[in-house]
Amino acid sequence: MSKQQTVPMMVNQIKQISLPTLNQFLTATALPIVGIVIFLGLWSLMAKNIDTSLGKFPGPTAVWQQSIVLVDEHNMQRDKAGKFYERQQQRNAARLVKDPNYIVTIKDFTGAPTFFEQIWTSLYTVMVGFMVASLLAIPIGILCGLSKNAYTAINPLIQLFKPVSPLAWLPLVTMVVSAVYVSNEPIFSKSFITSAVTVALCCLWPTLINTAVGVSSIDKDLLNVSKVLRLNGWSHVTKIVLPSSIPAIFTGLRLSLGIGWMVLIAAEMLAQNPGLGKFVWDEFQNGSSQSLARIMVAVLTIGVIGFALDRLMLALQRKFSWDKSAVLL
Amino acid sequence: MSNKHHLELTQVGMEFATAKGTFNALQDVNLRIKKGEFISLIGHSGCGKSTVLNIVAGLYQATKGGVILDNQEVNEPGPERAVVFQNHSLLPWLSAYKNVELAVKQTPNGRSKKAIKEWVEHNLELVHMSHAADKLPAEISGGMKQRVGIARALAMEPKVLLMDEPFGALDALTRAHLQDSVMEIHAQLGNTVIMITHDVDEAVLLSDRIVMMTNGPAATIGEILPIELDRPRNRIELADNSQYNHYRHAVLKFLYEKQRKVESVEEHRKKQNSHKGRATQSHVA
Repeated sequence: MSKQQTVPMMVNQIKQISLPTLNQFLTATALPIVGIVIFLGLWSLMAKNIDTSLGKFPGPTAVWQQSIVLVDEHNMQRDKAGKFYERQQQRNAARLVKDPNYIVTIKDFTGAPTFFEQIWTSLYTVMVGFMVASLLAIPIGILCGLSKNAYTAINPLIQLFKPVSPLAWLPLVTMVVSAVYVSNEPIFSKSFITSAVTVALCCLWPTLINTAVGVSSIDKDLLNVSKVLRLNGWSHVTKIVLPSSIPAIFTGLRLSLGIGWMVLIAAEMLAQNPGLGKFVWDEFQNGSSQSLARIMVAVLTIGVIGFALDRLMLALQRKFSWDKSAVLL
Repeated sequence: MSNKHHLELTQVGMEFATAKGTFNALQDVNLRIKKGEFISLIGHSGCGKSTVLNIVAGLYQATKGGVILDNQEVNEPGPERAVVFQNHSLLPWLSAYKNVELAVKQTPNGRSKKAIKEWVEHNLELVHMSHAADKLPAEISGGMKQRVGIARALAMEPKVLLMDEPFGALDALTRAHLQDSVMEIHAQLGNTVIMITHDVDEAVLLSDRIVMMTNGPAATIGEILPIELDRPRNRIELADNSQYNHYRHAVLKFLYEKQRKVESVEEHRKKQNSHKGRATQSHVA
């Protein structure tokens, strides 16, 4: 074969191989970028034309600047805290030299929490609320799925409380927590417990309902297998019921975590739990010319974290679900 | 004496409560099965074969009459009457090995950990599935799944092995392989077997007796045909065997002359329509 013949052939091959992949790349990467760029353009255009009592509505640049400021503030605060502990140590060491019987106490740094510490508080709170909800919802869901009577008894309550907004629960939860959670040395702050309980109350339902549906729709053959093997109640649940409803349970958990994260921000605003919700509220009350931009940073952060949490649940679902044929998006 | 009355079905009848009143599915089924016998139940769909099997398994309770296995009445499912289900029904989240292991661990005979492992491996070997022990059901073919299903049932060391159209969903070649395996295992272990089938050749090839059932409602045993062919049986040699063909003929005659399924014109149309409906649906999907 001569060279002249092979070259066009190779070109042809390259075309055949790379055209679809190029297309895929364009649709998978370029289109989202186009979408984001258009959004940023519209945003800055509109922002310029919105005047508020706190100045112009922040455009993308103002928000970007504020996000850098927030990072700087965090680093400065870290520095401060580091120096604070260093000074304490030096002082304590000096005192120990003078008086060997001196009992060393370390005081906590009491500076205001930074944006990143508030993110951490929010994540921690939502996780606790979500865990509590899951620990309640999965067993109740299994019960509802196994027994038609239990389902008939509990279903009206589910339907009644499912649509209740977190804001309606919050005053009640706050009062109950204040009344019940009385301790001289509280491990958790009341605002944390109030927020977590509110999250739990709202993200109970999707897990409960999906678990019940998953359990009640187990393949009849598998139930017969369980009968032939004479599995007792506990083995029946752990060996047949739970594994076969894992895909449905995870679907519920994913929905629950999404709702929990949404509810949390509102709960933190009202309960004054030092998380992202409080950050937004404080900036709103603060009313400086940067406040709106800082709130916008929080809005985007909330979105990004919500997305990340969903991806995390998806990854867990992929890992733990035996049903690899299911398309998980 | 125990040889004579290993498994007895006496006047077994079954009625289902439906919206339109009670439906009499089965009536006056009498059958005495010897230890180690291989019985096939054959008949048109809806003739209550599965009902009989489910009653012996204990998954259904007969509304009349009863089943006695080794002088004990059957009234609940249990591992001494292991079932091989039509569509394997392996637990999809467990490997072939773990599926069989679950059954072994559930069978009360106080095996040590090592003995359990050996027994699971032995049963997988028996159905020629040792090579895929660690595969999940979704990763192996339909025939292989059914093999594991059989291994799981055998691992329970059942007195009676119940098979509900075990090869119904398989292609002809795989089916032939599995039939050979079942014959081999039956020769080796001597379990009592009750197998439901639609396949006349399968019934004649495997069985000691073929129980032919009349059409429902109120289905019952029409004829029982003893198959007196020497074992081991070879499907190729038997193809030209006049006695084999005589048995085949007898079963075919029962199914298509004596118990020909008579459908009213309306019923037939309904079926056709529902078939069409399904076809278009699947096409759209």
